[in-house]
Amino acid sequence: MDVVQLQSRLSEYLKSLFNDGTLDGQFLQLQQLQDESNPDFVVEVVTLFFSDSEKLLDDLSSSLEQPNVDFRKVDAYVHQLKGSSSSIGAQRVKNACIAFRGLCEEQSIPACLRCLQLVKQEYLYAKNKLETLFKLEKQVVAAGGSIPSLDAGS
Amino acid sequence: MRGELNLSCGKVSLLASTSSCAWKSAEMVPDWFPAGLRVLVVDDDPTCLMILEKMLKTCQYEVTTCNRAEIALSSLRNNRNGFDVVLSDVHMPDMDGFKLLEYIGLEMDLPVIMMSVDDGKHVVMKGVTHGACDFLIKPIRIEALKNIWQHVVRKRKNEWKELEQSGSAEDGDQLPKHSEDVDYSSTANEGTWKNVKRRKDEDEDGEERDDTSTLKKPRVVWSVELHQQFVVAVNQLGIDKAFPKKILELMNVPGLTRENVASHLQKYRLYLRRLSGVSQHPAGVGNPFLSPQEAAFGPISSLNGLDLQALVASGQLSTQSLAFQASRFGRSSPKSGISVSVLDQRSMFSFDNSNLRFGEMQQSQQNPNSNKQTNLLHGIPTNMEPKQLATLQQSAKPFSSFNVQVVVSQGAPSNGSLIQITQPQLRGQKLGESSTSHVPRLPANVSQSALQSQVAGEVMLRNGMTENGRGLGQNHPPQTSLAASYSGATPWKSL
Repeated sequence: MDVVQLQSRLSEYLKSLFNDGTLDGQFLQLQQLQDESNPDFVVEVVTLFFSDSEKLLDDLSSSLEQPNVDFRKVDAYVHQLKGSSSSIGAQRVKNACIAFRGLCEEQSIPACLRCLQLVKQEYLYAKNKLETLFKLEKQVVAAGGSIPSLDAGS
Repeated sequence: MRGELNLSCGKVSLLASTSSCAWKSAEMVPDWFPAGLRVLVVDDDPTCLMILEKMLKTCQYEVTTCNRAEIALSSLRNNRNGFDVVLSDVHMPDMDGFKLLEYIGLEMDLPVIMMSVDDGKHVVMKGVTHGACDFLIKPIRIEALKNIWQHVVRKRKNEWKELEQSGSAEDGDQLPKHSEDVDYSSTANEGTWKNVKRRKDEDEDGEERDDTSTLKKPRVVWSVELHQQFVVAVNQLGIDKAFPKKILELMNVPGLTRENVASHLQKYRLYLRRLSGVSQHPAGVGNPFLSPQEAAFGPISSLNGLDLQALVASGQLSTQSLAFQASRFGRSSPKSGISVSVLDQRSMFSFDNSNLRFGEMQQSQQNPNSNKQTNLLHGIPTNMEPKQLATLQQSAKPFSSFNVQVVVSQGAPSNGSLIQITQPQLRGQKLGESSTSHVPRLPANVSQSALQSQVAGEVMLRNGMTENGRGLGQNHPPQTSLAASYSGATPWKSL
């Protein structure tokens, strides 16, 4: 594929992530922050999000496995994940967290465990998609092209 | 986003900027503003922190990040003038963001903007009641950050307006302008544009305060420098001997009249009285963050309304800050000043390292007659026996203010000159030119430190007035004796 084709494929892929709700407008904010002084900003932030989230998910799992579940702690973890996922625009992860927090209030362990699974799924899905996106970006750059920026409105 | 703010000079020295008068018309900020705004971001979420940092840098702000509230607090304490605005998340593991907000309001009086992914009404309301100047819902867009400078400007503007309302204003012709530059060059290193802003405000007309003088006298702008000269003169003379004529002579400012000084002195005394009308520091606020000496205050209740704890905790003023803040005393009506909460009082300061000051304080207390001049609340008592409190309260009678001195000399471990001075200030109206003062003389250094401390306190006090909804305000009614003296009588006409 030539550069133009690669760029086109990249654009389409990114658009699809918006269409299925994986990403929202906040992701565009991140992209707009990326500049020559910080050419890998988005990748860096998202990578940080990945490592942070995985730790949070582990903490969530173990806190729900405790004999006496501390729901405030669970809620705090979910709140944190909600914050970080929303800050990078991982919309579906964020929405799953919102649902999770509602369940924390009900203090039902089975429901929370189910919801945790949902959050994990959404997280892995988003992670997969973003890693693919970054791969495509690398290909464009390797082929000598620049990463096309999406308008906020598109 | 990038390049929207053209910054040709990163951190320009204020002196250069003022001399070039690079003002936006109708604004009170330099041209390059808000670039260079010093922001402290506190968020335990590393992803958010990284994004915020990048966004703020894109706005051309100077960013410092913290992932722990305690670290943020100590950064703020160690560098009182180092930041213009604080951005803090609400949910943090080591400290509730609202608590941090309270501390900052108490100690540094910086504008604080809260952030949260929570947009629930109760959370936002909490921000309001705790004194946050704004609340941003995450995810935060860079557009929201671009405007945070408005809170810094607004705060300064409000503070300045207060100054104008309380002081006689207008007409800077009589004042030596060159001295203002000198002052600003010293503060320029701090990189605070607020100094420049204040100066600009000084040049503008202010409202004349309706005081008791019926004479039409030339209006004087009591600039920071002028007020500092005034305070120095008063301290030099000793509060009991601070007659307008003598103050005027000491100040030696061409064009300044005795009436100007008398009027200013009157306001100053009112301010000092108001300062002593501080209410008690509510328990539970700030305790874990007070230095050990401060904590020693413990349950000390207010002394005739004067909250030593607050003054102690707030006792570290740099000379510059003092000079600055000192010019902002003198709210026109004493009534409301009395009930300002301690938290409000403390809210407007920039402080140096409190521990350092405490060390100095201890020394001065051991040697009360040393002539060590301190600008800060030197001699602020770190401890006070309840008995002494009671004694002091009892001694709160007109013209008996210096009885406090007696109390102090009874060996109160660290009763400060502050207390001593407090009393006389309360009765300030009678002091001054009246040669029939019954009060014994206080050591000059004691007067100085106390006066300055009161000045400092007043700054806090009056600034506190501008802040609504400082969360912890517990207002205590003034002592009866104080209330009586606050009745508004201003017998300076004879002066």
